[in-house]
Parts: sequence; structure tokens; C-alpha cells
Amino acid sequence: MSDDSMQTLEVHTQSEYKYGWSTLLDMDTFPKGLSEETVRAISLKKEEPEWLLEWRLKAYRHWLTMKEPDWANVHYPPINYQDIIYFAAPKKKLNSIDEADPELLRMFDKLGVPLEERKILAGVAVDAVVDSVSVTTTFKKELSTLGIIFSSFSEAVKEHPELVKKYLGSVVPYTDNFFATLNSAVFSDGSFCYIPAGVRCPMELSTYFRINAANTGQFERTLIVAEKGSYVSYLEGCTAPMRDENQLHAAVVEIIALDEAFVKYSTVQNWYPGDKEGRGGIYNFVTKRGICAGYKSKISWTQVETGSAITWKYPSVILKGDESVGEFYSVAVTNNRQQADTGTKMLHVGKNTKSTIISKGISAGYSNNSYRGLVKIGKRADGAQNFSQCDSLLMGDKCGAHTFPYLEVDNPNARVEHEATTSKIGEDQLFYCKQRGLSEEDAINMIVNGYCKEVFNELPMEFAVEAQKLLAISLEGSVG
Amino acid sequence: MTNNLIKIKEMKPLLQISDLHVSIAGNSILNGLNLTVNQGEVHAIMGPNGSGKSTLANVIAGREEYKIESGSIQYKGRDLFSMEVDERSLEGIFLAFQYPVEIPGVSNSNFLKSTINVHRVHRGLSELNALEMLKYVRSKMSSLEMDPDLLKRSLNDGFSGGEKKRNEILQMLLLEPSLAILDETDSGLDIDALRIVADGVNQLRSTDRSFIVVTHYQRLLAYIVPDFVHVLSNGKIVATGDKSLALKLEEEGYDWIKESPAVPA
Ligand SMILES: Nc1ncnc2c1ncn2[C@@H]1O[C@H](COP(=O)(O)OP(=O)(O)O)[C@@H](O)[C@H]1O
Ligand SMILES: [Mg+2]
Repeated sequence: MSDDSMQTLEVHTQSEYKYGWSTLLDMDTFPKGLSEETVRAISLKKEEPEWLLEWRLKAYRHWLTMKEPDWANVHYPPINYQDIIYFAAPKKKLNSIDEADPELLRMFDKLGVPLEERKILAGVAVDAVVDSVSVTTTFKKELSTLGIIFSSFSEAVKEHPELVKKYLGSVVPYTDNFFATLNSAVFSDGSFCYIPAGVRCPMELSTYFRINAANTGQFERTLIVAEKGSYVSYLEGCTAPMRDENQLHAAVVEIIALDEAFVKYSTVQNWYPGDKEGRGGIYNFVTKRGICAGYKSKISWTQVETGSAITWKYPSVILKGDESVGEFYSVAVTNNRQQADTGTKMLHVGKNTKSTIISKGISAGYSNNSYRGLVKIGKRADGAQNFSQCDSLLMGDKCGAHTFPYLEVDNPNARVEHEATTSKIGEDQLFYCKQRGLSEEDAINMIVNGYCKEVFNELPMEFAVEAQKLLAISLEGSVG
Repeated sequence: MTNNLIKIKEMKPLLQISDLHVSIAGNSILNGLNLTVNQGEVHAIMGPNGSGKSTLANVIAGREEYKIESGSIQYKGRDLFSMEVDERSLEGIFLAFQYPVEIPGVSNSNFLKSTINVHRVHRGLSELNALEMLKYVRSKMSSLEMDPDLLKRSLNDGFSGGEKKRNEILQMLLLEPSLAILDETDSGLDIDALRIVADGVNQLRSTDRSFIVVTHYQRLLAYIVPDFVHVLSNGKIVATGDKSLALKLEEEGYDWIKESPAVPA
């Protein structure tokens, strides 16, 4: 590419983060710092039962013994965990959306997430989480007639304690890893979703996360339980204001799929990535894991990761039930100084279990993008099959793409296939498109969208459109 | 229509290449090339492998790897080198690639639709909607005897050699260029495909549209009858004649060219 077109491209990169504003809400905020007192205070604030407080405290005490992981291919200055606010919530408690702070409603309007039911896109129920709490859940009544529970996590603790108690920590135990353990101690809210046996959830369920307050960590927790023969498609979106300091987001998602249940979980992650020089942005240190507990159950993760200063995230599936299926479809885009270390773990336990991994990394600017994945075939997993395809696309020569595939096969009857490619965005392809009249920008978008197509195909329609737009924005001017 | 008629009517130069010197990676490839293409003319360019035919085609289309050492190209009275690649396309320059590029994941139909619409908008026309587009593309495809299923496939991805070449000609028909450059579109085609491709070109021939047909073989020129045949050797046009020159090349090869001085047009 000529210097000229490089410059045009660089100009485009300077597109601003669209969600970078913050809203002045009347907030209830804890002082900075983390101790047993903080944990107790969060639990008290949320009027939690004793068992949950105990669970949090066990997690906290265990966390004190742990070391922050350093094996990921990401670099950041040490995080001072005493310099973080662990709880911040809009003050007003809501009984219905009509009581919401008008500023809050305006905030969600601005984000393009309409909360007033009459305005809501047919077919998507939304749980909106601002900072530490869920502010509203829509379409609850409609869902409850089918026996579907879709509520904030706090509400579920109060109304369905037996379900929460049974499944909380059953996939990601409180001892799991540094960030998940921290989350277990201080998680503030999140979404809970329960689909009864045989029910096909008629609408997409969606959680929308927003970090608004400064200096605040966001620690949400999502728990999805799909009973026998049920189906649900779950969407997660997120944004945060532009701030010069880094903010920590350490979430946990647990999914349980019983016999012949199918859970499809899609994420479009657009946390603030920091500025061009790498100032500010979200540290997105997230643990997502599902268990295919039942026969022929299926869990499918689709993620489009365009935001965050650092992403550390490995949505995984434990394939315990015989003939269960795990899928991971990922597009991870890094530009400027962003760093991503993301991938999946597919743990084959049951017989004839099958997993598919399709990972598309796109690196631009000075960014670093790593795929890290583990495929483990257990002794009992006769006839297990895995197919992995990890592609990296480089836009320019100052960015990095890395692939770390790990393979542990303890069963001779398993079939594992791994394909990996690394390529630069094709000069020939760009020239061809431009020769047909497309501008450089349109040509790049077309080629990159083509490259990501297998993953975008997995997203629900509205999300796919959103993802394509986000991709275009994140990559504007990124070819060098 | 004959050349004479055009000449009498008035010769409007579309493309004027003067003393063009081009290098790549430090090797000079075109060494003082001159060529004028008037509106409505078909020029065939022949020459041994490596003589610079594709280089010429790519330089006209605006490929950046080639270094223009000196010389000029005027297109529609404008300095071609001041125009971006996409602008050249929108202004009517079309290159049918010798090796069409594959773009996985981008559907042929989506690609065609985008390109047709940018051209339409550039000409001040409204964009075609999906249905109009399908009708337009299908009609051209059937004239090239192309399988409509190729629309659903990724652009050129896994197309056979012949399908790729036809897909190039399809795009030429759809975009209706002022200057179409065909870079060895005939190589690798069987005789039936060759005739279909030639029909496509002839369908588009008109008094205000010009063609540069790069080929190795005179057989294509039996179907697309050129007004001029040029021989390119060592980065220069060393001989120019009418279609009989192509026959002579076929019979005698290129050796005789190397000894004789350039024959003026
Ligand atoms: N990208 C390139 N890098 C280096 N040399 C090249 C490149 N493209 C073409 N050439 C050289 O330029 C000369 C002319 O090539 P080309 O224009 O493709 O010839 P033709 O189309 O007549 O066969 C050849 O010697 C070829 O090796
Ligand atoms: Mg050639």
C-alpha cells in the first residue's frame, strides 16, 4: 500500500468511540477499597440470605491467597485493588420503568437500548445493568406465562433462592481463577435466566451492560439454566464512557444445559478501548463457561469483541453429556494499542461429543491479538470430535497476531483437526475491489466482513448488522 | 463499422500514452511506450511472455506497485496518474484480470450489487433494488451462459478458470465501461467459452467504447476483430498493423520482430 493510502487510512482510524459520554445520575456509592467489610456491606445492601454471604466470604478469603495470572500475552501495570469502588448504583429503586430517573432513560435512549416496553423491538427482552445493579427487566410478564424466569440476579436470589443456590458456582466454582474468585466475592448484579423443560423461549433474551460511574469496577454475574429439551438465545451487549483511567470489568457467566437443551449465547463486546495512545479503557477479564450436563445438550458461544483496552476471555464448554455439542465462534478485533488474549476451552468428557472452534482475529495499528485455546479429550470420550480453525488477519505491520493452541488427547478414538492461517489483508483483493469502483474503505469492509462471515452467520440478525457496523468503526483507517 | 468511417467522422482520443517508462522492484519493464486509443477502437496487444502486457494493463488501472519513471497517460483529456484506482473505474476504465482474485465470504451477488450501485450513483442514477438488480444481473449472465448459482457463491472462490473469466466479462457487461482492458481473458478457455466471451465483447462494442485486448493467440481475434494489432517486446511497441499482423505472428512467432525496427501505425 502506498504512503498515500496509508495516510487516508490513518485519518479514518481517528474515529471516536461513540458511547464515550457519561450521565450524571443520582448515585449510591461505596468508598474505594476491598475488605471483608466491603463484601459484607454489598451483601447487606442487597439483603442477601446468610448462605450467599458465606459463599462470598469464602471466595474473598480464597482470593487473598491467589496470585493474579500472568500467563496471558497481555501487559498492564499492576492493578491496585484498593483503589476501586466495588459498589455503585443509581439511588432510586425501581418498581416499574415509569419510576426511572429520566436521565437514566435518556442514557439508554442515547445508547440505542429502548427500555420502555412500547418501544421495544418485538422479540427482544432486555435486562439493563448500570454499574452495579440491574435497573430494569422488560417483558417479564410475557415470559413468566411460559414459566421462563428472566430477572436481575439480585431478584432471583430473593425469589428463587433454591435455583440460585443449586447452580451458583456449579460451573465456575468460587476457587476457579483470580478474577472469577474476585467476582464471587463482590459481584453486585447481573442476569438470571431459567428455561423450564420443553420450553422454547420465543424471544431473544438480552442483557445490556453499561459502566457509567468513574473508578468503579463492574462485577456482574450471569446464570443461565436450560432444563431438558429447552432452548434459549441470549444476547449480551456493553459500553462504557471514555475515561483516562482504566476500569476493571471482571464478570462471570455460567450456563447449564440439561438433556437436549440448547443455549446460544452471543456477545457483542464494545467496552471503551482507550484512546489511540492506549490511555484508559476497560480491562475485560471475564470467565464464561457452560456445561453440557445432559445427553445431546448443546452450548454455542458467539462473540464479537471489538472494545476494551485488554480482553482476557475464554468462553468454554464442558462436554459432559454423551453426544453433547460445544461451539465457539469468535471475531476479535484489536486496533491502536488494544490487547486481546482470547479463545476457548472445549473439555470433552462424554462419548461422541463434538466441538467446533472458529476464531477470526483481526489486528490493526499497534495492537496485539492472541488466540489461546485448549481442546481436551478425556479418557471416556470415545468418538469425540473437534474441529478448530483459527485465522489471523493483519492490517499493517506494527501489530501482532499469535496463536496458542493446546491439545490434550487421552482417548485414541478421538478425532481432532486444527487449521490455522495468518494473512495480511490482500493487496490483490483490495486492488480488485477498487478496480470495480469501491472506495478503499468500502473495499476493506467488504473483505473483512467476508473474512468474518462464518461467525457473523451465527449471530441473530439485528446483532449481525450491529456487529458489522462496529467492525467497520473499529477498523476505520487501519490498513498500513 | 469500419475504421475509415470513424476516421472520417472524427477521431476522439480516449487514451493517449506517451513515452511511458515503468519499473518494478528496480527492473524497468516498459521503456518508452506510445499508444493512442480512440473512441470506438479495438486494439489488440500481443507479445511474448514477460514483455510487459499485464504491466501496461495494471498501470492503466492504477496498480500501486509499479513505479512510473516518466511519461504520461491522458484519459478523457485528464492526467490519468492524478486519478485514484476507484475513480478510474468510475470514470469507465475496466480491467478484466488475467488472474481474477478470490474473496472468500463475500458473495458474488453482494459484490456485483455494490459495484453496480457505486457506478450508478456516480452517473447520477438511482441505486437498483434487490429485485431490479437480480433481473439485470440474470439477463447478462444468461447471455454468457453462466450458471445463476454462481451468484450465491463467494466471489471467484473455487470458481473454475473458465467461470472466473466469464465472471470478469459479466462485470464488464454490467458496468458498461468506456475503456475495457482484457488481459488474456482467452487463455484457458475452450472454443465454446471463447466464442461466448467474444460475443460478450462484441455485444458491448460501440462507437464510443474502446477495448484493449491482450492476447497470445490470434484465435480470439477471429471473433473480436481488432482495428489494430500491436506487438509488445521489451517494454515497447515494436510493430503495429491490422488483423493480418496477428496471423503473421501466429505463423512465424515473435523472432522476426526482434530484428526489425518498429513499424509505425
Ligand atoms: N510484482 C512483480 N515483481 C517483480 N517483477 C515483476 C512483477 N510483476 C511483473 N514483473 C516482471 O515484469 C515483466 C513483465 O511482466 P508482465 O507485465 O506480467 O508480462 P506479460 O503480461 O507480458 O507476460 C516480467 O519480467 C515479470 O517477471
Ligand atoms: Mg500477463
